[in-house]
Amino acid sequence: MNLLLEIGTEEIPDWMIPDALAQMRTLFGPAESVVVDATSRRLVLRATGLAERQADREEYVAGPGLNAPPAAVEGFARKQGVAKEALEHREGKYGYTRKIAGRETRDLLAISLPELIGKINWPKTMFWGAKGSARFIRPVRWIVALLDDKIVPFEFAGVASGAESSGHRRLGKARFPVTFASYEQALRENGVILSADERRAKILSELPKDMRPDASLLETLVYLTEFPTVVTGEFEPSFLTLPSEVLSTVMRFHQKYFSIDDGNGGLAPRFAAVMNTSGDPAGLVQHGNERVLRARFNDARFFWDTDQRRTLDARVEDLKHVTFQAKLGNYYEKTQRVEGLVAILGGDAHAIRAARLSKADLTTELVKEFTELQGVVGGLYAKAQGEPEAVSTAVYDHYKPVSMEDSIPRTEAGQFVAIADKLDTLIGCFQVGLIPSGSKDPFALRRAAQGIVKIIVEANLNVPLRSYLRRDPKIEEFVLDRVRNYFRDFAYDEINAVLASGWDSLPDVRTRLIALQAVRPTADFEPLAASFKRIRNILKQANFTDTAPPSTSLLEDGPERDLYTDFHRIQNEIVTLPYQPALERIATLRPAVDRFFDKVMVNVTDARIRNNRLALLNAISTEFSKLADFSEIVIQTQETKV
Amino acid sequence: MDSYQQIIFKLKNYWAERGCVIQEPFDTEVGAGTMAPETFLRVLGPTPYRTGYVQPSRRPADGRYGENPNRLYKHQQFQLILKPSPDDVIDQYLGSLEALGINLTEHDIKLEEDNWEAPTLGAWGVGWQVMLDGLEITQFTYFQQCGGIELDLVPAEITYGLERLSAFLQGKDSVYDIEWTPGVTYGDVRKRDELQYSVYNFELADRDTLWKLFDLYEGEAQRLLALYPKAEQKERFPLLATYDQVLKCSNLFNTLDARGAISVTERVAVIARVRKLAVGVAEAWVDQSGVQA
Repeated sequence: MNLLLEIGTEEIPDWMIPDALAQMRTLFGPAESVVVDATSRRLVLRATGLAERQADREEYVAGPGLNAPPAAVEGFARKQGVAKEALEHREGKYGYTRKIAGRETRDLLAISLPELIGKINWPKTMFWGAKGSARFIRPVRWIVALLDDKIVPFEFAGVASGAESSGHRRLGKARFPVTFASYEQALRENGVILSADERRAKILSELPKDMRPDASLLETLVYLTEFPTVVTGEFEPSFLTLPSEVLSTVMRFHQKYFSIDDGNGGLAPRFAAVMNTSGDPAGLVQHGNERVLRARFNDARFFWDTDQRRTLDARVEDLKHVTFQAKLGNYYEKTQRVEGLVAILGGDAHAIRAARLSKADLTTELVKEFTELQGVVGGLYAKAQGEPEAVSTAVYDHYKPVSMEDSIPRTEAGQFVAIADKLDTLIGCFQVGLIPSGSKDPFALRRAAQGIVKIIVEANLNVPLRSYLRRDPKIEEFVLDRVRNYFRDFAYDEINAVLASGWDSLPDVRTRLIALQAVRPTADFEPLAASFKRIRNILKQANFTDTAPPSTSLLEDGPERDLYTDFHRIQNEIVTLPYQPALERIATLRPAVDRFFDKVMVNVTDARIRNNRLALLNAISTEFSKLADFSEIVIQTQETKV
Repeated sequence: MDSYQQIIFKLKNYWAERGCVIQEPFDTEVGAGTMAPETFLRVLGPTPYRTGYVQPSRRPADGRYGENPNRLYKHQQFQLILKPSPDDVIDQYLGSLEALGINLTEHDIKLEEDNWEAPTLGAWGVGWQVMLDGLEITQFTYFQQCGGIELDLVPAEITYGLERLSAFLQGKDSVYDIEWTPGVTYGDVRKRDELQYSVYNFELADRDTLWKLFDLYEGEAQRLLALYPKAEQKERFPLLATYDQVLKCSNLFNTLDARGAISVTERVAVIARVRKLAVGVAEAWVDQSGVQA
């Protein structure tokens, strides 16, 4: 049997739709034939190949004992609706096997579908009737629920399921009947393209070839519409004197327009908008959008001109009136701390100057209007006001990276300012107890810490991050967590092994990780790692803390002295080697270690000999743990011998 | 081409035909039509109500001395409350645009998510901004809470931005060029206000005096709210007058804010003070309505 479920609503926020569809599919249950679709006004689930009813089943009912009074037996038989002779005998009792007919799928769906609708989890729900009435993301206005084109009867939020859908608000009929087979076509005739893929393809095919691709804007428009059609427009080229960052932000964030490239890396004085209708025959939509954009650009120009009346340098003082955080003072104070940090990190005069100007754009009209342009506007103003390129670029970049995917600041000055700014926020917030918990991270400290890690690693900076964390175990743990996250493409036990050997230098952590990852598949490595674990355990059980080197005179000839000799040789060889060959060389110690454990008893009664053997193991463990703590490696190929 | 005032007449007529009580603007300064008691208090409680009115809305920080073609210290909203919200509320709304002569088949209309929150009123709702050819012409909200109270009947609030809508209909690039009535522009009527209030709000308003006034109005509201629980005849108690004091506080807060007299930290605290008063009035209003019912 075929099922069609359409939940007709008022306009659902576009960004919530894909997740809601995924939930519907999961909630419906494991069926391969389930298809989910949506537009801004409908969530649709279609399933094929459903059984007409559940399978029939049998249930055995035990009755009175075989020697029970006849009246009791007859009573039992009557209750089962059969003659006494039809009863079975089992385990000393009368009984009867009842046949239970499977319930019809339609009846089951009448119960499960409204439950499914109610179980969709939305970021924010509303009610639209009386207090206590059903909640959903937006008001539900109609429901289609058809099983083989017969209505599955139920109600959700006071709306009864039926067989009539509703079309596009202007291009379609308000009510029209649908069937499973005709559904998509009926929608199409009523101005609705059901498939998101088709809407996406339609937009892409109609966009000008030189538009600047913007995947997230495209997704927004796919789910903001039922029948998308691209319309292009123009703006006066004189607006191109405004920075392209400002123009594209206005177009992207405020108008949901695509920018268009001029072929030379700049913007063309054109834009592409996506309508939720089939065309613009009278040119009114184009004209209207052009008019709105002109007003927006005029505003931006007005702000730009007003802002130039006061330089960034002069605005630094104004930051005394801009609160950073109630307990952490104002942005002027933050600026001073960041300047100091940049100097400590080793920033030059340009970097320090950039730190001083970095937050001044928070007082500008343009940033108040377009907060997403903070930093960028500062950089543009610094340039316009004659600051050196190194300064303006550093200001421009200092919020970067804004995500895991975003690039890091382009210059060292920018990198230092970015690290100092984020570090100041991170440490300040932890000190006043604003520590992220669960999904709550209002000051975006995870992103800040992640950004610091990313910059240090990718710019290969000699910044001993750990030394700036105030020896605060909470901050260290928090940052370490971000380090692990940054390196999440490596195996977790390799990350553990490398971090256990220290993380003062993050570029070095990466180098060691790459080396460890390369050496791990070699034959000797994991067995040696197992031996290291054994060494660790022996040292731990013996409570051995002496750090003196083993005495060669106490070594027994044979496996013990061989191990020492090999160790000593490798120790000398690896001093000048890069990590990977060094690790490979360390792995060659394996046969000597194995022979030692085979032939030599550590726990002998002679305390001097015992301690010397422990000292040898300790020396090996200490020396070779400088790159990675091999005992952290989880052995899969061989059982650990202890 | 309809003049500004004809557009208002048409909206009033359209909604009057749909059972709305059409009123004149509320006479105390407000930042939005929502704050007028016809919305803020009427949405509370279980009694259905439909009303529409033009509300001049003062936003001191948005003043631009009459120089910016799109921004105003005082703009006018057509504010509509439909309580409870009818099932076809969006169709009715779209019908009002057609009544204004907008042929919807030639235009692009989108409802884009835009949730609304008024922290000073303890009010929030969910809804959309209505985009007509890329221009936001209406704010559409299903109220959920007001004065911190979950509503008995969810109203639809429809707020038309009259200047934007008129500029769109008349094809004007500046609000000041809108034809108010033939021969008279919006600028002729309002530009002087824009200049003078910008000068006052940004340059001449005396911070100390405004703070004193704020404290006085707050004190009066607090005094009245403290009296209400003890009032012998609650139905006589002047909660509407109490609410006036709250609105005065709200406008003074906005003016102080525009004057740059409120730091970000203080801001939160002052908003909380106004909100406390608004919540107090809302709770008393619900209680009083129960007494009367």
